[in-house]
Amino acid sequence: MLWYTGKRLLQMIPVFFGATFLIYFMVFSLPGDPIAALFGDRQPAPGVIEQLRVQYHLDQPFIVQYFIYIGGFFHGDLGTTYSGRAVSDVMAAAFPITARLALLALFFESVAGILVGLVAGLRKGKLFDASALVVSLLLISVPTFVIGFILQYVFAVKLGWARTTVSSEAPLSELILPAIVLASVSFAYIVRLTRASVSENLGADFVRTATAKGLSRRRVVTVHVLRNSLVPVVTFLGVDLGSLMVGAIVTEGIFNINGVGGTVYKAIKLGEGPTVVSFIAVMVVIFVLANLLVDLLYAALDPRIRYAK
Amino acid sequence: MLSGCASGSTTPAKTGDTAAIISTNGSEPQKPLITTNTTETGGGKIMTSIYAGLVSYDAKGEGKNEVAKSISADDAQHWTVTLNTGWKFTNGEAVTSKSFVDAWNYGAKFSNAQSASYFFDDIEGFSYDADTELTGLKVVDDSTFTVTLASPEADWPLRLGYTAFMPLPSVAFTDMAAFGENPIGNGPYMLAKTGAWEHNVKIDLKTNPDYKGVRTPANGGLSIVFYSSLDSAYADAQGGNLDVLDAVPDSAFATYQTDFPERFVNQPAAIFQAFNMPYYLEHWSGEEGKLRRAAISMAIDRKEITDVIFQGTRTPATDFTSPVIAGYSDALKGADVLKFNKEQAVKDWAAADAISPYTGTFDIAYNSDGGHAGWVDAVANSIKNTLGINAVGKPYATFKAALADRKAKALTGGTRAGWQGDYPSMYNFLAPLYQTGAGSNYEMYASTEFDTLLKEGAAAKSVDDATAKYQAAQEVLLKDLPSIPLWYSNVTGIWSDKVQNVVFGWDSVPLYNEITKG
Repeated sequence: MLWYTGKRLLQMIPVFFGATFLIYFMVFSLPGDPIAALFGDRQPAPGVIEQLRVQYHLDQPFIVQYFIYIGGFFHGDLGTTYSGRAVSDVMAAAFPITARLALLALFFESVAGILVGLVAGLRKGKLFDASALVVSLLLISVPTFVIGFILQYVFAVKLGWARTTVSSEAPLSELILPAIVLASVSFAYIVRLTRASVSENLGADFVRTATAKGLSRRRVVTVHVLRNSLVPVVTFLGVDLGSLMVGAIVTEGIFNINGVGGTVYKAIKLGEGPTVVSFIAVMVVIFVLANLLVDLLYAALDPRIRYAK
Repeated sequence: MLSGCASGSTTPAKTGDTAAIISTNGSEPQKPLITTNTTETGGGKIMTSIYAGLVSYDAKGEGKNEVAKSISADDAQHWTVTLNTGWKFTNGEAVTSKSFVDAWNYGAKFSNAQSASYFFDDIEGFSYDADTELTGLKVVDDSTFTVTLASPEADWPLRLGYTAFMPLPSVAFTDMAAFGENPIGNGPYMLAKTGAWEHNVKIDLKTNPDYKGVRTPANGGLSIVFYSSLDSAYADAQGGNLDVLDAVPDSAFATYQTDFPERFVNQPAAIFQAFNMPYYLEHWSGEEGKLRRAAISMAIDRKEITDVIFQGTRTPATDFTSPVIAGYSDALKGADVLKFNKEQAVKDWAAADAISPYTGTFDIAYNSDGGHAGWVDAVANSIKNTLGINAVGKPYATFKAALADRKAKALTGGTRAGWQGDYPSMYNFLAPLYQTGAGSNYEMYASTEFDTLLKEGAAAKSVDDATAKYQAAQEVLLKDLPSIPLWYSNVTGIWSDKVQNVVFGWDSVPLYNEITKG
C-alpha cells in the first residue's frame, strides 16, 4: 500500500512537467501581443510596449520563456502578472476561497445526493423516485448560469435570505448559496448514480443472504447496500473535486467571487503565461491527489480490492 | 452649440449623513496606482478621487482651477502656472511646483516606460526613444512654474485635469511600485488605511480632512467594489448591497428604468463608436473608396439599431467626437452622410462599381469577447439589405487577436473601432486616430488637408478659433470617411433609494463627492 502510494506520487513529476510545458506552449501560441492588448483602444508609445515586452521576457523565444519560468519556479518565484503582482500572491488570494467553495459544494452534493439517491433507489417506481428523477433531469439539462441567476434573484434579491454577492471577507454563510448552485449539476448525477447502484445491489445475492440471516432492514441498507453502492459515487466525487475547483468560473462570476476559475479565465484572455501555468500546475496536483485518494478509498469500501506490493 | 447633457441640480443640497460610506462599482486597476501609468478606467476613477490636479472637470466637462491659481500664456506656447498655497498631500508634505514638475518628468522619462508618457510629448525636451529631461519645465519658486511647449496649443490647460498631470509627493520616487500600492495624494479622498486596496476585491477611501479644493465630499467615503461582471453588480444594486452603479449590463437594458424608477440616468457620454475601413484594401481608396465609404455609411440605419439592439442606450453619431465635448455640433457640413439614405447609398455604390466592380463579401472585424456581435451583425444586415452585397461580421476570439491583425495591416474588411476621451477636448478625439502616422491610426488614413486644419486648431490663440478649425477638420473627415461613425455610447447608471444627488460627469463617472446618503 505504501509502495503503491509512493509510486503514484512519483508519477506526478512527469505529469507536472508535461502539463506545464504544454499549457505554457498553448498560452504562448495564442494570437496577438498581450502587452499591446492591455491598453485597449488607447495604445501607449511604441517604446513603452517594447520595454514591457522585454520586462516580461516576451521578446524571447518560447523555450527560453519556459525555462525562465521553470527556473524561477524552483527558486520559489512564480513570476509576476502584467499588473505587477507576484503570481504567488494572486494564488494565495484565489485558492483558499475557491477551495472553501468547492469543499462546501462537495459536501452538499455528496450528502444530499447520496441521501436522495438512496431513498429513490429503495423506493423505486414510487412518487419520491419519480420526482427525484425529474428534478435531477432538470438540473442536468438547465445550464448552471440559469440556475445561478434564478436562485440569486429569488433568494437574494426578492426574499433577501442571502447576500446577492459574496463580500470581501467571504464568510461561510455567504458561500452557501453559491455552493448550492455549484453543486446542483453534480448533485443530480450523484442522485442518479446512487439510485441505479442501490437498486442494482438490492437484488444482489449478498443482500438476500443478509436479509435471510435476520439482520434488521436498517443494517442491511446501511452496511450491505449502501457501502457497496458507493464505489462508483466515490469515483465520481474524486474527479468532481477537480472540476468544482476550475469549473466554478460561472458561479464565481454570478456571485462576484474572486476565485481560481475567474482568475485563470482572465489570465488566459490576457495571455499571462506564468499565471495560467502556475494555477494549472496546482490544479494538476489536486487532480492527481484526488484520484489517488479515490483509489485508496476503493480498498476501504470494497475489501476485494487490494493493491499488490 | 451644446457643451453638455448632464442632468441634476447644479448646487446639490448638502444634506445626509456626512460619515456615510457610498458603495459603487469599479474594476481591479490594471497596474499599481501611479498617476502617469494609469490610463484605464478602473484605476482612473480611483485616481481622480484621491488626487487633485491643477484643474478638475465639472459635470459638463469644463475645467475649473483646483490647485492652480492661474494658468496663462500670451502666445499659447509659453505657459506660466501659479499654484494656490496651503495644499498638502495626506502625508503632510506641501504641494509645490516641484511636486508637479518631478511627477511629469518621471512620467515622460523613456526608461520609466509609463503608459501615459505620450501626454507629455508636446512639452519641450520630450523624447520617444531616449532618456531626456523635459527642458520645457522650469520651477520658478514653490508656487510658480513655467511650461514651454514645442508648438502653441490654445487648449493645453484643458488636459491638465487628466490623471497623468497630477502632482506626486517626493516619497513616491524612492520606490514607485510600493507607492502605487498605497498611493498618497491630495484629492478629496484618501485611502482608508494602508492596504485599503484589496486586490480584485475592493478599495476603501475616506475623506481627506486637509482637502481644500472645489470637490469637498458631502459623504464620509467611498467603497469601490471590483466586479468581474456587471450582471453581479446589478444584482447587488437590486439586493441593496451597492449604492451606485455607473454602467447597466446589457441584460438589464430593457428593465433598468422600471427596476430603478426615477433613479437612473441615460445620457450620451464621451465614448465614440465606429468602424474603420482600411486604406490598404483594394476598392477602398481614392475616388472609388470615397464613394464606397459614403454608400456604406448611408446604408446603415443607426436610429433603428440603437433603438432595437441597444434599447436607446446609444445615441446615433453626427460627428467624430461626442455631445459632451465642447465644440460638438450636429450640423457639420456633410453630416448628411451619417443619415440612412437608401437611394443615395445605392447610387454611390453603383458609381463606385462603374470605376471598378466589387466582388466577394464585405466583412467587419470585431472581438467576440467584447459583446459586439449583436450590433456588428445588425450593421452588416443593414448594409446587406440596402446595397444587396454579402455583408457579414468577422469575429476574432479576443481583443488581442483583432488588434494584432489591425497593427499588421492584415484586415480583409472593416474593423470595429472605439474611443473614449481622456480629457474633454475635440483634439483628443481627432489627433490620435486620424492624423497621418498617429499611434492609433492603424487603417492608414492620410490627408494633408486634415493634418493642416488640426495643426492650425491646436495652434489657435483662442478656444473658439480652435473649435472652428477642429470642426472644419471633421468636415474633411466626413468627406473622406476613414472611419464610419456609428453612435456615442451612453452612460447608463442607476442608484439605490438610500442615496441622493447622483450626477454623472462628462467621463461617465459619477461626481462621487456630491453624493449624499441617509
